[in-house]
Amino acid sequence: MDQFASSRIPISLTVNGQRHQLAIEPWVTLLDLLRERLSLTGAKKGCDQGQCGACTVLIDGQRINSCLQLAVTRDGAEITTIEGLADDGQLHPLQASFIKHDAFQCGYCTPGQICSAAGLLAEGHTHSRAEIREHMSGNLCRCGAYTNIADAIEDVMQSRAAMKEAAE
Amino acid sequence: MSVIEQLHVGRPTSRVDGRLKVTGKAQYAAEYSTNGMLYGYIVSSTIAAGHISSMDLTAARRMPGVVEIFTHENRGKAAWLDRKWRDDVAPPGHPFRPLHSDRILFDGQPVALVVAETFEAARDAASLIAIAYEADPHCTELARKRNEAYVPPEKRSGIPPPPDPRGAAEQAYADAPVKISRDYRINPEHHNPMEMFGSTCVYEQGGKLTIYDKTQGSQNAQGYVTSVFGLSGDDVRVVNHYVGGAFGSGLRPQHQLFFAVMASLELERSVRVTMTRKQMFHIGYRPDNYQTVSLAADRDGRLQSIMHDAVAATSHYEDYQEAVVNWSGLMYHCDNVKLTYQLAKLNTATPCDMRAPGAAIGVTAMECALDELAYELGIDPLEMRRINFAQKDENTNKEFTSKALMECYRAGAAAFGWERRAQQPRAMRDGRQLVGWGVSTGIWDAFLQKAQASATLKQDGTLEVATAASDIGTGTWTILTQIGADAFGLPLEDVQARIGDSSLPMSPVEGGSWTAASNGSAVQAACDALKQSLFKLATKMANSPLADASFDDVALEGRRIFRKDDPARGLAISEIMHAAGLSELTEQGKVSPSLIQMMNYISYTHSAVFAEVQVDEDLGVVRVTRVVCAAAAGRILNPKTARSQILGGVVMGIGMALHEEGMTDHRLGKIMNANFAEYHIPAHADVEDIEVIFVDEQDDKVSPIGVKGLGEIGIVGTAAAVANAIFHATGKRVRDFPITIDKILTAPPLS
Repeated sequence: MDQFASSRIPISLTVNGQRHQLAIEPWVTLLDLLRERLSLTGAKKGCDQGQCGACTVLIDGQRINSCLQLAVTRDGAEITTIEGLADDGQLHPLQASFIKHDAFQCGYCTPGQICSAAGLLAEGHTHSRAEIREHMSGNLCRCGAYTNIADAIEDVMQSRAAMKEAAE
Repeated sequence: MSVIEQLHVGRPTSRVDGRLKVTGKAQYAAEYSTNGMLYGYIVSSTIAAGHISSMDLTAARRMPGVVEIFTHENRGKAAWLDRKWRDDVAPPGHPFRPLHSDRILFDGQPVALVVAETFEAARDAASLIAIAYEADPHCTELARKRNEAYVPPEKRSGIPPPPDPRGAAEQAYADAPVKISRDYRINPEHHNPMEMFGSTCVYEQGGKLTIYDKTQGSQNAQGYVTSVFGLSGDDVRVVNHYVGGAFGSGLRPQHQLFFAVMASLELERSVRVTMTRKQMFHIGYRPDNYQTVSLAADRDGRLQSIMHDAVAATSHYEDYQEAVVNWSGLMYHCDNVKLTYQLAKLNTATPCDMRAPGAAIGVTAMECALDELAYELGIDPLEMRRINFAQKDENTNKEFTSKALMECYRAGAAAFGWERRAQQPRAMRDGRQLVGWGVSTGIWDAFLQKAQASATLKQDGTLEVATAASDIGTGTWTILTQIGADAFGLPLEDVQARIGDSSLPMSPVEGGSWTAASNGSAVQAACDALKQSLFKLATKMANSPLADASFDDVALEGRRIFRKDDPARGLAISEIMHAAGLSELTEQGKVSPSLIQMMNYISYTHSAVFAEVQVDEDLGVVRVTRVVCAAAAGRILNPKTARSQILGGVVMGIGMALHEEGMTDHRLGKIMNANFAEYHIPAHADVEDIEVIFVDEQDDKVSPIGVKGLGEIGIVGTAAAVANAIFHATGKRVRDFPITIDKILTAPPLS
């Protein structure tokens, strides 16, 4: 590996709250960095060309296909992967809702679906089931769990809306 | 010995592996790592037929980090005999051997493996390999080979050939007052599970291998590896705890397994090999096919003649076979039936079982044709199916173990609102959208396969059940846990299922919808045997409060055995184990189909599928707005995961109807849309409302636990229901699947 020493570029990434000082070859994607070098295999490789969404992670709060990001271009970024969504063992509401609604079968697209849904809810522009379907269409699921995924996201979206209403 | 209450089987139960899957902790084949592991990257051929004339590896070898490049000139040792390469589900022929010679059999054939210290180095070096080919003429176009089609001389094991003709189908067709004859084409489809094929081969001291493989059968993969590489079974263990979808593509060992093991043995290092998404299109696929269905009826709609002919693609090196036309002879009552099925050889990889292999395409053609006949007769399409209900399997003359299909028709129609349907096409509208409703019957085999399991009680009274089954998203982890829990009156947390490991008790590959029935029954049998052993130990204990009890007098709950008539009189399982000096107690269970019963009975899962489409008349855009699938599948172990199985099948059926099509440029013999952007599978936006109904169906013969299986039935009939709905909406029949916008816009309007 040290044949590449002179090619490596130092970067700093905060992944799931943990800061990493890394020296990375410029041709390494963020997805491969997470999976092969940081042992965070929750982000999945489903196509490696930005067409399936299985690799979706949150970068500075935004949902992004990590297979299309060269890691060195994200120096200083804060990254949340599926492994970082649960809070001290307490499942994120979307994770719990996915289990409740059986919103997955093989589970391979699931981390991407959940990260994408978390990004979607944060975007704040989605209010209906039709909009969920439209804005989740970058995340493919070959097992065809779509209706259950929409149920799971809608459930969390509605309870958040209800909480917000109650607070107001 | 019973439990007080069955708390788990039959109740909606969340997946026991759910938490691992939503937290990213479930590990798939390419996610196991070990120190010093190497990465392999496959190089694929760019021609469809011919041979390699030269390979220039110079630049690739110079890439820093490259350890070795394997080609046909330096491939590692592997079996010489053809039969050594045959896996459990191989069709007749000569199995593909990676890097066997310079010959090219299909586009995308693996021709080299680059092994490097990093994934990136292997990938980049692979791109530097220059290959010169000597191309031979090729043909990848089924239309050009139809006239060379042949009946496969050797039958594929487990696949019934079409039954002999019965009655006089041609004469009855000629004599009947109402008839149609139609040609159908269903373009090739690719499985495309989300997880790409990958194998991590861990090379351990002394050359033992632990292989994490994406497969639907750890023991099939293990058998392949030991056979091809001449290894002892004790030295090879295959693990597939989590499988990121497969849909049939993981039934046979895929070539990344060969590469990972070959490189590992040659280099005496651990090696991971994964395919790219493009390479996923160059493995087995649902074969291209042409079908002709000719149906005739009397004026009351009773079928007088059924003729169904299919020609399907296979490769030059194997005769892949599936049951395409057989269904047309058994779904409906008809005295005059002629079914024919032939293959034609193309320069492609061998096709491979894909969800409901055979039925998914054959039933689609039959059910579309039946709809056309119903319209010729002026009979409601659902009524047409009821009129021709088959009371027994007329292909084999066997009784059904159960067939609650009439209830599927009733319950599905009621949920869908079928009675509000206007018969004539183009009668229903929603603004600019034409609305159509279609129906189809679905059918799939209900198999029981040989399977074994073990059940082990631990000293603390918790249970472990084990069988080398796979869970490819089907819910196997969960149903086996449920069965174990109910056998011993335990909560789910006290039961550990073990699957996905070739070292566990014998299991068939996970396919054919038989896992729940087969492995579930084996686990049940193991638990029953374990209860007997436990009871014997309990009665033999000194001063046992159960000494005078019979097996039927006692019950199990809360890790205790006790008398039903006096629950205070009993023993904790831990006490029994302690008294017997055991740290654990294990029993085995096995099941196999009853040959005597099979002489008289046959089992199928049935469904009725109702679909609503909206078609934009100006643009030709189709949306499937509603589907109701009512299934009769025997006992449902877990309604929650069972429903998901049907949902998934329906979604893949929508893909077959509207989207999926592997496109080959026949001049080049190359697949041109080998990616998710151009090979469209249904996305969130394509899937709206799907309702699943399980009708009550008691079946004490199909399997010891009354289960039929659900993996395939959801797809069967869905594409036909959608196509029939499109006709109902537009008055246009499109008989070439997928039904894309261009075909709708150019189809002739209703005359």
